[in-house]
Amino acid sequence: MPKITIDDKEISVEGGTNIIAAAQRLGIEVPHYCYHPGLSVAGACRMCLVEIEKMPKLQTGCSTLATEGMVIKTIAHSAKAKAAVQGVLELTLINHPLDCPVCDQAGECGLQDYYMKYGLYNSRMRDAKVKKEKKASALGPHVMLDQERCILCSRCVRFTHEITKTNEIGIFNRGDHSYIDVVNGRSLENNYSGNVVDICPVGALTDRDFRFQCRVWYLQESDSICPGCSTGCNIKIHFNVRRRHIAGGRRVQRLKPRFNEAVNQWWMCDEGRYAYPSIDENRITTPSARLAAAHQRMDWRDAIDQMALALREALAAYGPESVGVIASPQLTNEDLYLIKKLFVDVLGIAAVDYRMPPNRSAKNDDFLLRADRNPNTLGAHLIGLSPFGKEISTPRILEAAAGGRLQVLYVFSTDLVAVYGEAPIANMAAHVPLMIYQGTNHNRTSTLAHLVLPAAIYAEKNGTFTNYAGRVQHLKPAFAPLAEAMPDWKILCKLAQALGHDFRYADEEAIFEELANSQPAFAGITYAGIGSHGWPIEKERVLSFVTA
Amino acid sequence: MLERVLTKNWEKTNSHKIETYMAGGGYEALRQVLTGGFTPEQVIEEVKKSNLRGRGGAGFPTGVKWSFVPKDPSKPKYMVVNADESEPGTFKDRYILERDPHMLIEGLIIGSYAIGAKTCFIYVRGEYYHPAQVVEAALAEAYRQGFLGNNLLGSGYSLEVFLIRGAGAYICGEETALLESLEGKKGWPRLKPPFPAVVGLYKCPTVINNVETLANIPHIIRRGGQWYAGLGPPKNGGTRLFALSGHVNRPGVYELPLGITLREMIYDHAGGIRDGKVIKAVIPGGSSAPVLTAAEIDVKMDHESVAAIGSMLGSGAVIIMDETTCMVKALARITKFYAHESCGQCTPCREGTGWMLKILRRILQGEGHADDPDHLLAIQGNIQGMTICPLGDAAALPVQSFVTKFRQEFDYHCVHKRCDIESACAVPA
Repeated sequence: MPKITIDDKEISVEGGTNIIAAAQRLGIEVPHYCYHPGLSVAGACRMCLVEIEKMPKLQTGCSTLATEGMVIKTIAHSAKAKAAVQGVLELTLINHPLDCPVCDQAGECGLQDYYMKYGLYNSRMRDAKVKKEKKASALGPHVMLDQERCILCSRCVRFTHEITKTNEIGIFNRGDHSYIDVVNGRSLENNYSGNVVDICPVGALTDRDFRFQCRVWYLQESDSICPGCSTGCNIKIHFNVRRRHIAGGRRVQRLKPRFNEAVNQWWMCDEGRYAYPSIDENRITTPSARLAAAHQRMDWRDAIDQMALALREALAAYGPESVGVIASPQLTNEDLYLIKKLFVDVLGIAAVDYRMPPNRSAKNDDFLLRADRNPNTLGAHLIGLSPFGKEISTPRILEAAAGGRLQVLYVFSTDLVAVYGEAPIANMAAHVPLMIYQGTNHNRTSTLAHLVLPAAIYAEKNGTFTNYAGRVQHLKPAFAPLAEAMPDWKILCKLAQALGHDFRYADEEAIFEELANSQPAFAGITYAGIGSHGWPIEKERVLSFVTA
Repeated sequence: MLERVLTKNWEKTNSHKIETYMAGGGYEALRQVLTGGFTPEQVIEEVKKSNLRGRGGAGFPTGVKWSFVPKDPSKPKYMVVNADESEPGTFKDRYILERDPHMLIEGLIIGSYAIGAKTCFIYVRGEYYHPAQVVEAALAEAYRQGFLGNNLLGSGYSLEVFLIRGAGAYICGEETALLESLEGKKGWPRLKPPFPAVVGLYKCPTVINNVETLANIPHIIRRGGQWYAGLGPPKNGGTRLFALSGHVNRPGVYELPLGITLREMIYDHAGGIRDGKVIKAVIPGGSSAPVLTAAEIDVKMDHESVAAIGSMLGSGAVIIMDETTCMVKALARITKFYAHESCGQCTPCREGTGWMLKILRRILQGEGHADDPDHLLAIQGNIQGMTICPLGDAAALPVQSFVTKFRQEFDYHCVHKRCDIESACAVPA
């Protein structure tokens, strides 16, 4: 643990820590472009120069590791370093366009920000800028390249070399005519391509679907968890609800990965990143009932009453065997806990499952994306929704429905048609007196249901997911549920109350407290403990529940 | 009487053939090392004693460099010969490659033996097509004689040598860029540390030596480090090949002892300034070395003396300019080279070299501003010492020295929008 001094402040850091990281811990900024903690050190932008005692030349904070007794002065304390960084910024800017107002990166641009802080302001550049060839040319399905805005930090090149190992991007030519482009006419097409936009410090690489949609200073952000697979990448939802004239009123403008060393580090996959339109598009907005061929809008109160009545009659006349529930690993632990409490524990229904036959085409990609495209499969299991152990009971539930043995089938956020096909599910729906679909978006299954209920989508929810490794992670609502949608747990509480059971919770945290007190796998976990980076359930505990 | 060590065979017929080389005692040093019980440590010791310093430009003691290679046998070690001679004004290695390639080959075998390398790469400048052919033929001769390949001279030591031609980038003469290029990548210098002696070619310990440096080795072994050290002033062993170019009567490569003055070199050896003109300036060590004025030519040409007056001995390329030279134009030409050759990795060098060139060209076109010379000084100051490799310094130092030492010429250009030397700037740089 070398002890070093930066700008008169002392700190002890682990061996191998560079000066940028050490300074960061002291809250001292060492400006940099090419350095990224997730990539190899290039040492090329020369922005992170610092003065180190007993060293005649300025040193780069990225490649210089802390050693015992090192005394460092950053630009805040060293006139020499400040002049050097000012010089580098001047040189970075001479061949860069000076049109921030029309650049989509404005507001989150490393060149703009550092120049405003440390720049020279008085231009000495009298000569013509170097012209770069490609302006707004697509590098691949998601990423746009503006060569003239590139400062050649090589982050994107190193990303495709070191992280995805796909090597699509390279730096061509030499000197001030260097430029980045895709290699040999290839396309930047890998499932992590969007990350190069995040790590590009300037407006050279932008998101094709985000650029010029919304100025970044109109964005609000909220921490969440990607629901796209069982990794549960930590994300930020960037949204706009104040200016509804922007981007056709869409609330979510983009998703960004949020650093979590234990889960996704700095990255997320394109599949997860570009799935956000479903938050605003094709949503189920009101409860509705199917009369003949069409669905007719109905009141929440009426919908709850109708469900309660049907359930009461079914249970009274045919017993708990006449009700089937298909839960979903898309739901939060809180939702799933209430499903178990209401249907299994209170109503005594055995036909409750959340599992679908595995999708064989979905695969782990040996990085972040996992074959299980659900965020909370392990959570559902640990809560106790796998009553028959390894055997999936969903097919048996559907069989019972098709055979006319169910009075009520309650489906949560699961597109059965996508799994089993249209005809079997339509046939099944025809043989169940009441099929309820509670979900976020319309699909072919919701079309076949008799009663459709709008549920809040993850971006509108407070709650927790348990990822494949047993890490319980907290997602926070970015904004209120769309239209009449409600979080699943609230709908369940209303239904329970209509059935005469006193389900009352102040909020999701209260449900989680009860879950933690009643389900041994979650014992001791609290929202405060989960924090922004999650709570790992010990491996042994996870395994003991999985095998039990 | 000056002894010629490296150039003694150059005038002989077929000086590049192995027979010629061996008739003059060639490969005797190798025999001595491999069959005379020399350990690698003893070879290194002898080279240390010789005070041989690298001839590529940095002047680092060769024996010390070799001793940095870890003895640990877990990784292969590599010897790399830097024959990417590209510094403007430098053309000495070319003569060795073409006229006495076996001197280099014998030297590289002894060097490889000393550091424990079983593979050696000779990286030849792409434009040196003929020299590369000569060396290839010489390598084939050495293989045939059993000086290369398996079990050299029955000693149990084996060495394979490969000649690789560069693709035309000056930066690949920088040793770590050279290694990148050898590995098949773009020639971008690496961050140091780690140094190549520890992490070099394919992440293995590697020594990179200049052609002339290695050509000295057989002589040091045969005649002893002490003898070699005695040829030059303290800390500067041996003779040195100086490549004289520019406005002298007899330009060419001269083998001279280190420590000779620039004046002696120019007037006693190179026949003085052409057409009886007056000398104006000298670049003493390749185009990147700070320029000297006529008043400074009594300097002794060894590393320390040249450094003491703020320049460097560098690659031993001496460029002489007479009174008809426009220093603005000369600097523009030098700057054009570095702007063209900047690899583009580090911001200051990538952007700064091109910018300085634009300013210099504008001045030459009669569109200079009074503050342009100051801008040039400021820009070079933002490059010097700020980059991964020495190319940044190489581009900055000429600007700093030309503008500082010949300021009046720059100011004249900027104020009067033309050159004060008649007809010097007729042709644009």
